[in-house]
Amino acid sequence: MNALALYTADVVALARKDLKLELRARDTLPAMLLFVLSTLAVFHFALPAGTGDDAAFGLLWIAIVFTALLGLARAWAPEREGGALDGLVLAPCDRSAIWLGKTLATLAFLAAAELVALPAFALLFAPVDLVAVAGVALASIGICAVGSLLAAMAAASRGREVILPLLFLPLAIPLVVGGVGAGISPEGATYLSFLGLYDLVFAILAWATFEYVVTE
Amino acid sequence: MITGEDLEKRYGRKRALQGVSFDLPRRGFLLVTGPNGSGKTTLLRLVAGLSAPTRGTLTVDGERVDLGYVGHEPLLYRELTALENLDLFGRLYRVPERRERSGMLLERFGLWDVRADRVSTFSRGMTQRLALCRALLHDPSLLVLDEPFTALDDDGAALLDGELASLAGERTIVLSTHDPARVAPLATHTLALT
Amino acid sequence: MSSRNSLPILAFSAAGLLGVAVVLALLVAPEDADQGVSQRIFYFHVPIALTAYACFGLGAWKALRLLWVGGERRDLESYTWIHQGTIFGALTLITGSIWAKASWGVWWSWGSNQLVLFLVLFLFYCAYFMLRFSIEEGSRRERICAVYALFGVALIPVSFFAIRLASDFIHPTVFTRDGPQMTGSMFGAFLVCWAAITLLAYVMYRTELVGKRTDANLRELREALS
Repeated sequence: MNALALYTADVVALARKDLKLELRARDTLPAMLLFVLSTLAVFHFALPAGTGDDAAFGLLWIAIVFTALLGLARAWAPEREGGALDGLVLAPCDRSAIWLGKTLATLAFLAAAELVALPAFALLFAPVDLVAVAGVALASIGICAVGSLLAAMAAASRGREVILPLLFLPLAIPLVVGGVGAGISPEGATYLSFLGLYDLVFAILAWATFEYVVTE
Repeated sequence: MITGEDLEKRYGRKRALQGVSFDLPRRGFLLVTGPNGSGKTTLLRLVAGLSAPTRGTLTVDGERVDLGYVGHEPLLYRELTALENLDLFGRLYRVPERRERSGMLLERFGLWDVRADRVSTFSRGMTQRLALCRALLHDPSLLVLDEPFTALDDDGAALLDGELASLAGERTIVLSTHDPARVAPLATHTLALT
Repeated sequence: MSSRNSLPILAFSAAGLLGVAVVLALLVAPEDADQGVSQRIFYFHVPIALTAYACFGLGAWKALRLLWVGGERRDLESYTWIHQGTIFGALTLITGSIWAKASWGVWWSWGSNQLVLFLVLFLFYCAYFMLRFSIEEGSRRERICAVYALFGVALIPVSFFAIRLASDFIHPTVFTRDGPQMTGSMFGAFLVCWAAITLLAYVMYRTELVGKRTDANLRELREALS
């Protein structure tokens, strides 16, 4: 097996492990689904009458970001509970594969939450077009790529999950700009390219630096 | 095989390890003893490569892949079954014929009947046995065992005794324990930390 | 030995140059036809902003070197540069706010891309400190902070584009915000201010670094004796 095939196999094995664990524990994903729906309900009451669709779209993105944070806070919990992260670090697999596997799994959960949130939003607030959905998809990649690395950092700190939103929100601002822009601007394509750029830059950075976050 | 020279490990102001030197040849058995807080765990983590010394040099011949580590945590996934854990780590450690090898180890450590049970249902002793299986899965030439007898019942301890007896002289072993009398006959070198 | 000696000289030079800069900016430079007195804060606001960027960049560079080459020295250097950057970032926000008040009558304007960018960066680097102080000292903390510093420097251009894009639709730019057109003597005053503030930042960096290193040495001595 050549190196790339091995790498891919590692990533797949790790991501499947996370999906399997979530299917058994069933604590994070239902919480995310319920959270995103509850948040949308709160927004309905928070928005005064006559607010445009655009404002509602902005609130959708707040819902997505905070739902993602909910999922990310628990992202490394299985590794922490049994000390398995040391086991992964000692293995001959590339450390970046650990990050990539976790990112893919987190992305799957976030996508599941969005599959519920977007139709709900379209039903309750305003229609959502294809460009907006593409924006959600691209931004989600960035959220999970950056978020899983930051979550690993947060796991090493005394503050644990509390510090994760502080680390994550400034980095999420460009994603929100891209996502909202893709949804409401007539030049949605520009925002999609921007999101692609963000994903490229930060995914590469996270991929390259994850090793240093989990080793001493 | 392993040489440590004037090793020091500091966590900020706290000095966990200081001025430790030793030399362990291939297939040697290093017994590390000392009271609580003397730095046994810190030293073993250094040898395993999980952390780096703040001062001094540590050279370990061999690759990362050739190392089996048992620490205070089992390094397992609690909600996966014993088999699934060994399958995952076997895959990551590139263990050839990992199904057979997992089965063999589970049987050897008396865990065959619970192979499909989640680790969260195990007792501490059973978890420790599974941790040993995980460490031995890829047949490493260097074993780093941090108080491996903890939580083991008499049967488990006997199993580990037998395992160590067969591995001593074949593999390089670094072992820390509260109860040195147990493994002293097998040890070729001792290191007492204060 | 010479670096220890040069610090007081540098400090006095910085103070002197800063004095000259203040005089130039506030008194000597011709008053701007459009904006009047309020334009003068521009002489400080822009150099402070540029210096903040430089500090973040240097912090990230030291962080990169730490990951590549290692060494506790680089951790302290990276941290100190980022600390300076945050101080100057805060000053950027303050001077920018004063300028906004003087020019447009409001303490804050979301239409000012520069200000918004600095707000985002300020939040980011404040989180850096929270992260740093919540992890136990050691090589783990060094590495994690270094990685975060790298993310910060990547965030600067990305945020810049994001805010540019955002201003198109989210917050209509009510106030055009070109830098004032500078005549020759104004530009001269600007350069002097820039040099003064850069020197000031460097002196503050060196001073803080000396303080931190002394702390570390003191700790080591204390432990060696106990």
